[in-house]
Order: sequence, then structure tokens, then C-alpha cells
Amino acid sequence: MTTLTDPPKEHFRLSMLLYDTRYRSATIQVIALIGFMLLAAWIISNTIQNLEALGKPVEFGFFGEPASYDINQRLLEYTSRDSHLRAAFIGLLNTLVVAVLGCITATIVGVFVGVLRLSNNWLIARIMTVYVEMFRNVPVLLWIVLAMAILIEGLPAPNAFRGDNPTATMDLFNSVAVTNRGVYIPEFLFSRSLGDIHLFGASSIRFNVSLDLIAVLVVLAGSIFFMRKVSARASAKQEATGDRPTIWHIQLGILFVPMIILLSLLGFHLGYPELKGFNFKGGTHMRNSLIALWLALSLYTAAFIAEIVRAGILAVSHGQTEAASALGLRPGRTMRLVILPQALRVIIPPMISNYLNLTKNSSLAIAVGYMDITGTLGGITMNQTGRELECVLLLMLVYLCISLSISAVMNWYNNSVKLVER
Amino acid sequence: MKKSVILGMATIAGLAAGAAAAGTVDDVKARGKLNCGVTTGLVGFAAPDANGEWKGFDVSLCRAVAAAVLGDASAVEFVPTTGKTRFTALASGEIDMLARNTTWTFSRDVDLKFEFTGVNYYDGQGFMVPKALGVTSAKELDGATVCIQTGTTTELNLADFFRSNNISYEPVPIETNAEAQQQYLAGACDVYTTDASGLAATRATFEDPSAHVLLPEIISKEPLGPLVRHGDHEWGDVVRWTLNALVSAEELGVTSANIDEMSAGTDNPEVNRLLGTEGTLGEMLGLNADWAAKAIKAGGNYGEIFATNIGEETPIGLARGLNAQWTDGGLLYSPPFR
Repeated sequence: MTTLTDPPKEHFRLSMLLYDTRYRSATIQVIALIGFMLLAAWIISNTIQNLEALGKPVEFGFFGEPASYDINQRLLEYTSRDSHLRAAFIGLLNTLVVAVLGCITATIVGVFVGVLRLSNNWLIARIMTVYVEMFRNVPVLLWIVLAMAILIEGLPAPNAFRGDNPTATMDLFNSVAVTNRGVYIPEFLFSRSLGDIHLFGASSIRFNVSLDLIAVLVVLAGSIFFMRKVSARASAKQEATGDRPTIWHIQLGILFVPMIILLSLLGFHLGYPELKGFNFKGGTHMRNSLIALWLALSLYTAAFIAEIVRAGILAVSHGQTEAASALGLRPGRTMRLVILPQALRVIIPPMISNYLNLTKNSSLAIAVGYMDITGTLGGITMNQTGRELECVLLLMLVYLCISLSISAVMNWYNNSVKLVER
Repeated sequence: MKKSVILGMATIAGLAAGAAAAGTVDDVKARGKLNCGVTTGLVGFAAPDANGEWKGFDVSLCRAVAAAVLGDASAVEFVPTTGKTRFTALASGEIDMLARNTTWTFSRDVDLKFEFTGVNYYDGQGFMVPKALGVTSAKELDGATVCIQTGTTTELNLADFFRSNNISYEPVPIETNAEAQQQYLAGACDVYTTDASGLAATRATFEDPSAHVLLPEIISKEPLGPLVRHGDHEWGDVVRWTLNALVSAEELGVTSANIDEMSAGTDNPEVNRLLGTEGTLGEMLGLNADWAAKAIKAGGNYGEIFATNIGEETPIGLARGLNAQWTDGGLLYSPPFR
């Protein structure tokens, strides 16, 4: 005989929170959370109270005041009469410029070095090892300062270009001037310019978009679109008849003819740098602070990227290389078509953190006087207004946003290339 | 358990509040050392000498204050600060006073919540250029590259000067005087601008000082002085009156040579009050009666400090100019010791 009884119905009692193992861990977590939040609240209220006692309540009104200082490298127009917020925005753009330039250069150099480190050529492989170990094991600040010192002490001052017998001359058919104040390169000018669009009125993030640039980009995009069309048609014909028509001259025509027509309509010409007064005038001035920071950051990060690339390549089974050789692929093609695409899946995740490091390391810019956002918002603005807490909090928020954006983009890319598994 | 956590927190909170409220005078006495913020190195004003000992005009003021409070001119911890870090160091309590050629301005005094306790050097912003450049006036500097120390008033004066004269320039922001010197000498900037006294001091360290000239324009008023945190008036009084004591000593003819003799008592009641043989001025400050005598003994009176560190006999070679006593046509004018 069997008797079926309902399992005893449990009533929840308060003591079970402590004595019942099912609830205990949750109880502990909740208590820890409450404790943590209390601590955080205490720190915040303590800070606010102390600042109030000092007579410096937290407020952000100073951002509207005129900044009163000048910034040398400004991608947008800015004068010392603009607000602190505008100055911070100019600094933010400078940070982004060096971060983007650095990430691109570091990736290119890093991939080359990583691949060459595995080269069968003993000398090349050893040279690359020396490079990686040297850059990886010395703090990046020293590399930045060293790069700047070399640029300042090693290159001629603009004065050396003066006179009848100058000790220094311009390079590349008198178009590029390399001085210890930076490199002056020719700039693109349009004599029949279409003008600018002014965005965001008079606010702190106002900027002008050049219609010339938009026109060039639109024409370029159109050309590429038609080039793809032509290429697709050629492929279709190849599949149908087995005979691929010659299309390279058509492709070149599509790429260059509309662009040349557009540029001559706009009156395109180059503006060359010229020594006038104290400095070179005209042309685009790449300051040595930017060059030093860019070089040092990218070479330093490239050393890490090289190791990641090497690890990624080694992670691809050697059988793949052998299979590719068996099919008759040359080593270069094996690397490009077989190994690297598979290695990419291993490479990308650690690459993200290196891009983040490079961006964060760019805050060392002040060591060479590069006016990034740490130099403007976290430097001069903070110093002149005395709002340390506000400026630093905002600075942290800015870097957090930049880093999270980079992560988001890279994660999206990672998802698009990773192996789709069933 | 819970109780002890709460009690612990209350203790920490109490300690934090206590640290903020207690007087700096007592802190310094308890520590036995004065934390004094100075520059990272500007010969004549504050720089370590060959033996690693800090020397200079601002350093002497720190030593005088230490002598007044602690009776020992060597009981000073010198904290090198840059133009950018100095105010945070003072506001956070890392240093007790700042003597770092800092310009007294309205916003620093009122908005940054500091208290300037006087002026120890009346200065103005000047320009230095290589002689070979052939520039004779700052108004000819259109398009020049200018090295500036970032985080200073000079940065703002410079922007205003070029703007009001409607000429352009390229600023090169630099953290310390040493870096500025390197860039200027390498020709990475045409002009170096800072306080005229700083320019003279920097030029004195060059291999060939005569190859560089100071332009005649002085584009700003830069009253440089020591400062303390706002709100601690007792400490502010100590620093203010130590500086005044040095100035008064020069006016009254008290020097490091004759101070022992004068400390025994003189016919001049003000000298007696200053040196503590008469009255209770020291007690009012919360210090010993001979506080001022100790301060003056540390490095001499104002005139002696000026002469040994930056005066015309030194390589820096600054004339007294505005920094002469009011009796000699200068601006130094100490309130009476009474």
C-alpha cells in the first residue's frame, strides 16, 4: 500500500534568511550591497559637505565664462574669448585626432612586425624581437619625451632656412619644410570654393562643414559605386562565358575623370609653406608635439599589437599552412588569404584593449605641450577656475565615453568576423 | 559587529572633520616641520644648490616662517610644485604655505579660496628673445612662436596682449621652467615669456646670457607673494607678519649681523616690540616672544635676502626697483609693529 502525501507546505519565516542555505547567499549579497551603497553615499555627501565648508560648492556655471587662453592646434575656429566649454571641445577633438592616427599607425606597424617576427629570415626576426622588447619594456612617457627631444634638438629651426646660404632647405621640390617646430606640408585650396555649412549656430560645439569636401566625398563614393558595378558585370560575364573582359582602363577612367573635372571646377591648387617673418606661413602645420605624441604612442602600442598578431598566427594550426602549400600557394598568399583571416578571430579581442590603452595614454600629451582634453579641460581650465572636482569628473566621463564607443565599435566588428558555430 | 562598524565610521568622519578644523599652526608644531610649496627649480627663487640644499628668495621666506614657528630654519620640507599642481597641493593640505612666485589676483584670492599674505616681489610679465633676432619691441612679435608656462597668469596676459595689439602668435604650452629653457635655446620658440624676474633668473643660467635680451614691454602687474588656505586666519597672520617682520627689519636697520646685539634691548621701542624684548606680540600670534628675531636670523632681513639671492651682486642681477623700501621710493611698506 502506498500513501501519497503532499510535500509539507513550507511557510517562509524570517529566520530562514539566515539559516536556510537557499536564501543565505542572497541575504549576504543584499547586505553587502546596502553596505557598499552606504559607503558610497557617505563619501559623496562628505565630499559635497567639505567643498561647501571650503566655500566651493559643486557647480558648472564656469563653463560659460570666457576661457581667456589660446590653443595652438585647433581644428575648429577658436579664440581666447570663447568659453571654457568650447576650449574643452577643441581639446577633445585634439585627443580624438591623435587617438585615431595612433590606432591606425599602430595597427599597420604592429601587423607587419608581428608577421616579420615569425619570418624565417634570422636577421629580420631578431631585429623585430629587439624592437618589441625595447618598446614594450620602457614606459611610454619616456618614449614621448625622447621623441620630442629628438625633434627639437635634431631638426633645424626655421631660422636655418633664412638668408642666401641657408643651412637647411625644404624637401620634395620646395614643398615640405621640416623644422623643429613641426612639419609644414602643402595644403589643399579651392579658388572657387562652394563655401561652408555652419552647424549648431553659436553654441560651444559649433563647427563648419566644407561643401568642397562633401562634393569630393560624394563624387568619390559615386565613382567607387560604378567601379563595383563594372567589376560585377565583368564577373558575371566571366561566369557565363569563362572569359573576363579587360576592365582596368574603364575602372581608372571612372575613378579619375569625374574627380579631375570636379577639382578643376572648384579651382583646386596646393598652398605651399613659405618662410615669412618668424615662421613658415601657409601650408598645413603638423606641430612637433603632435608628431612626437603620435609616433611614440603608435610605436609603443605597435609592440604590443605585434605580440598579439604573432600569438594569433601561432594559434592557427600548422596544418593550414601545409594544406595551403600543398595547393601550391606561395608563402605571401598563404599568410594573406589563409592564416591572417583565421588569426583575426583570436587577434581582435585583445586588440580592443590596446586601442583603449592608446587612447588613454594620449592623456600624457601635456608632457610635450600637446593641447588635448587633459591639457585644456583638465589643465588650464581647471587651473584658472579652480574647479578641480568638476573638471576631473567631466574628464573621466569624457574618457569613459570615448573608451566605451571604441569597445562598442570593435565588439561589433568582432561579432561580424567571428566564426559562426552551430 | 555592526555597532563597531558604525563607531569606526564615526571615528573616521570625526578625524576627517578634525583635520579640517584644527589650526595649521598647531599642525606644523606637532609635525615639527613646515611643508612649503616652491617651484620645481628657478635659480635665485627656489632651486637646490650643488649640495642638494634648497636656496633662493622664496626658499628664504619658507625658512623664516619655519624659524618663527618652530625656532629652526632648517625644519622645512620643500615640496616642488608646477604651475598646474601648486593650487591643488595647497587646497588639499599637502603643503602649509605656497611661496612660488605666485601672482596675487582677485579670482585666486576670492574664488579659489586662498589668502595672499602679502607681496614679497613686485613683478611684471616680460619677453626674452635672442639678440640675433633683432627684435626691439614686443609689438614686432607678429607671428612669433612663444613658449609659456601653462597654468600661470602669464598665459592669460599673453592672450590679452596679443589680442589687444591685434597681432598673432603661436603658443607653446610648457610644464616647467627647465623644459621651456630647453625649447627656447633649441630655437623651437622665438620668445620666452614669464615674469621679468624669472626671465632674468633663467637667462643667468644660460651659457652666454649676453646673447639674449629682455624686451622693454612689461605687459602686466604681477605682485608675487606667499599664500595660505582661506579660513585659517591664525596661520595666515603668522605668514603675513613674518614677511612684514623681514620688511620692517630692513626699514628699522635690523640685520643678521646686529640682531644679537639689538635683541638685548635698544632705545627704539618698535625694534624692541619686533624682537620681543618689549610687549607681547609673539604671544598674540601664539608663538614665542623671539619669533621675529629667529625669522630674521634665518636669512637676514628682506634686503639681505634680496641681495644674496637675486640682487645686483648675483648672476641674476635684479635691481631693487619697485621692491625698494617706501622710504627709498619703492613699494615695500610694512604696517607698524604695535
